[in-house]
Amino acid sequence: MCLAIPGQIIEIATEQPLLARVNVGSVRRNVNIGLLENGEVAPGDWILIHVGFALSKIDEAQAQDQLRMLRAMGEDQLAIEEVRGYSFAEPKGEEDEIRR
Amino acid sequence: MTVVHSARKTPRFADTQIEMAHGAGGLASRRLVEGLIAPYFSNPILQAYTDAATLSVGGKKIATTADGFVVSPLRFPGGSIGELAVNGTLNDLAVSAAKPLALMTTLILEAGLPAGTLETEIESMAIAARKAGVTIVGGDTKVVEHGKADGMYVTTFGIGELDERVTLDPATIRPGDKILLSGAIGAHGITILLARGELDLQADLVSDTRSVWPLVSALVEECAPGLRWMRDPTRGGVATSLNELVREVSDCGIAIFEECIPMHDAVRGACELLGLDPLHIANEGQFLAVVAPEYADAALAAVRGVAGGEGAVYVGEARAEPKRCVIGVNGYGGTRVIDMLVGDPLPRIC
Amino acid sequence: MKYVDEFRDPRVISRVAREIARTVDPARRYRVMEVCGGHTHSIYRHGLRDVLPENIELIHGPGCPVCVLPTGRVDDGLTIADRDDTILTCFGDMMRVPGTKGTPLELKARGADIRMVYSPLDALKLAQQNPRKHVCFFSIGFETTAPSTALTILRAQALGVTNFSVFCNHVTIVPAMRAILDSPDMRIDGFVGPGHVSSITGCRPYEFIARDYGKPVVVSGFEPLDILESILMIVHQLHANEAKVENQYKRIVPWEGNVPALRAMLQVFELRPYFEWRGLGFISQSALAIRAELSAFDAERIFDIPGVRVTDPRGAQCGEVLKGVLKPPQCKLFATECNPEHPVGALMVSSEGACAAYYRYAMRAAVET
Repeated sequence: MCLAIPGQIIEIATEQPLLARVNVGSVRRNVNIGLLENGEVAPGDWILIHVGFALSKIDEAQAQDQLRMLRAMGEDQLAIEEVRGYSFAEPKGEEDEIRR
Repeated sequence: MTVVHSARKTPRFADTQIEMAHGAGGLASRRLVEGLIAPYFSNPILQAYTDAATLSVGGKKIATTADGFVVSPLRFPGGSIGELAVNGTLNDLAVSAAKPLALMTTLILEAGLPAGTLETEIESMAIAARKAGVTIVGGDTKVVEHGKADGMYVTTFGIGELDERVTLDPATIRPGDKILLSGAIGAHGITILLARGELDLQADLVSDTRSVWPLVSALVEECAPGLRWMRDPTRGGVATSLNELVREVSDCGIAIFEECIPMHDAVRGACELLGLDPLHIANEGQFLAVVAPEYADAALAAVRGVAGGEGAVYVGEARAEPKRCVIGVNGYGGTRVIDMLVGDPLPRIC
Repeated sequence: MKYVDEFRDPRVISRVAREIARTVDPARRYRVMEVCGGHTHSIYRHGLRDVLPENIELIHGPGCPVCVLPTGRVDDGLTIADRDDTILTCFGDMMRVPGTKGTPLELKARGADIRMVYSPLDALKLAQQNPRKHVCFFSIGFETTAPSTALTILRAQALGVTNFSVFCNHVTIVPAMRAILDSPDMRIDGFVGPGHVSSITGCRPYEFIARDYGKPVVVSGFEPLDILESILMIVHQLHANEAKVENQYKRIVPWEGNVPALRAMLQVFELRPYFEWRGLGFISQSALAIRAELSAFDAERIFDIPGVRVTDPRGAQCGEVLKGVLKPPQCKLFATECNPEHPVGALMVSSEGACAAYYRYAMRAAVET
């Protein structure tokens, strides 16, 4: 239930401090930030958007912790072998960027 | 009156009235055409359900097609109803491997439509036709009372010369055949959705409306014998076109590699935000082609070699299993059934 | 897209899936309910069934606002659109939900002024732009959506807008989970808990499930990696004979929830003594009504709402499917009388509904069983 999607704050309107301009995959929309604590978010922050409202500020450190833990599971070479053949392209992943 | 029913078992149209979904290009449209219209007109040319009807005139094979255009707003980033009316019809001919020769057009105008608006659209039509090297040789104009049409509706009739080197027949599709897509999907549908302004979303996105004939023409020149099927995935998107295809194939199904499907960031963003499937979003300047594997490299090179075809890619293949079904395969082998669009794509919050 | 693509990385998904396969006991069945329709949708959309071991059975829960809204409430809401001076607004999800006289989309095509909005604030804006009309917003949704409606009502009050109201159908998830847990045919080993609801409510409301019913709850995100990790966490709890509430979705969900949002809800809503859920019947204290102080914005007080009750269509077994007792294809109407184009039950309407998800993405599985 409840489709919500991450977006990044571009700016917060000075005349309407509860309205943030947000970018979602290069689509822009005004999003109401009245459900967050005063001053909780600033331009550059990522928020979770649902029906035009920000539900929460996304915690970058928690996300990174989680990804680090998941990426440590199992053996990468096996995974690369396994995902080969499900696309015309070579398997790629975030990890390559992280390791570089 | 005698109604001759076709051999294929299609249920009679049982709905009591016409709803918007019957015009949305998906399942409901199909039921209307097959269940109510086609039984009366019953003939093999019509019931091939191709984009254009093929006729033999004096030993020469020609393709004919008619297309109606209703769009709100009349102008949108990257195009307008006039341009759509020309390109959309040209594309129906193109994907039948027919070189467009001439168009005719009928205008239904609403009283009160500013003359300037009309002139702008007529000019758009003229420019699009000139660009494609076709002439608009006739038509009709009617005016209805104010409030009875959305400004203007356009119907375009097109005629083209079939390239006899090409045989497009879904029944010839074999496992291993490749699905070629001419470029990024969803730009037209999302542009229109945003241009309506109801969702208050903005993006630097323009409709992909264009004639695909230059691309198709290059493809035909290079690998006519390897071409099995083509379609322009307009209303209902790539998903609907491929589902129409699998109804006609004899002994296979289609697998789409989801990671290979090209789309603009804004199309993806809007689809994620609104809960839409990009495969259901309309295109006005793309086409799909099924190509025999031995022609795959040549076909891709041919399309990519034409200006505007650089983004062409293979997005999937015909497979022996599951039969008569379109599946999406994601990057880790997870699969889903890709169904036809039901009604118009509606944004969802849950 | 950041926070989306990383959580759909095929290589990491493949590893986590392998970890699950290695961890599960082949001799055991794991019956896991994903409470949210959003999870159901994601599971089918991303083909997660294909990477999970056979003995993990996913049961689709009641967390789909459109699916649990009874036909009577749809009919009630649509009477508002009968009035010439009124614009009825709703989310796109509602547009295809069948009432007795048709769907909002069909009524609109016949001339009713029904408009789709993306946000309740868009409905309020419409009211400001159409001062001679009354604009009513047909609100649906769980705790994720309710605070947005609350803030919109407070904003309407602050702006002095007098031609705006809300037909409130907000429901709360915990009573529905309790109803399922109390159902005699319940056979669930653990819950993938609602991630976005919990961003508002926090994780505490599920503690009774672990404590009183001995079932693990893992509050989960919606991306493939989130769901797989949550399933793994449930498996670990079951193996350790534990039952606790865990938060897998820490990047979004604070344990204590969203305080300003809860405050706004408290200010605007009060609990209804009971509310009808499709398939589950009447559940006490399971829905929200607008407080009397804000009755000027309450469509149920402004309009003469008939309060109709419509029994579920004969043969439709939505309730059993909602409770996880039946799988969608086991319903007598599945894919015959009831299909996405002509939904009989609401589970077939929303793409989050268990039946529509099953129909759309897993028709092959349905045919095989």
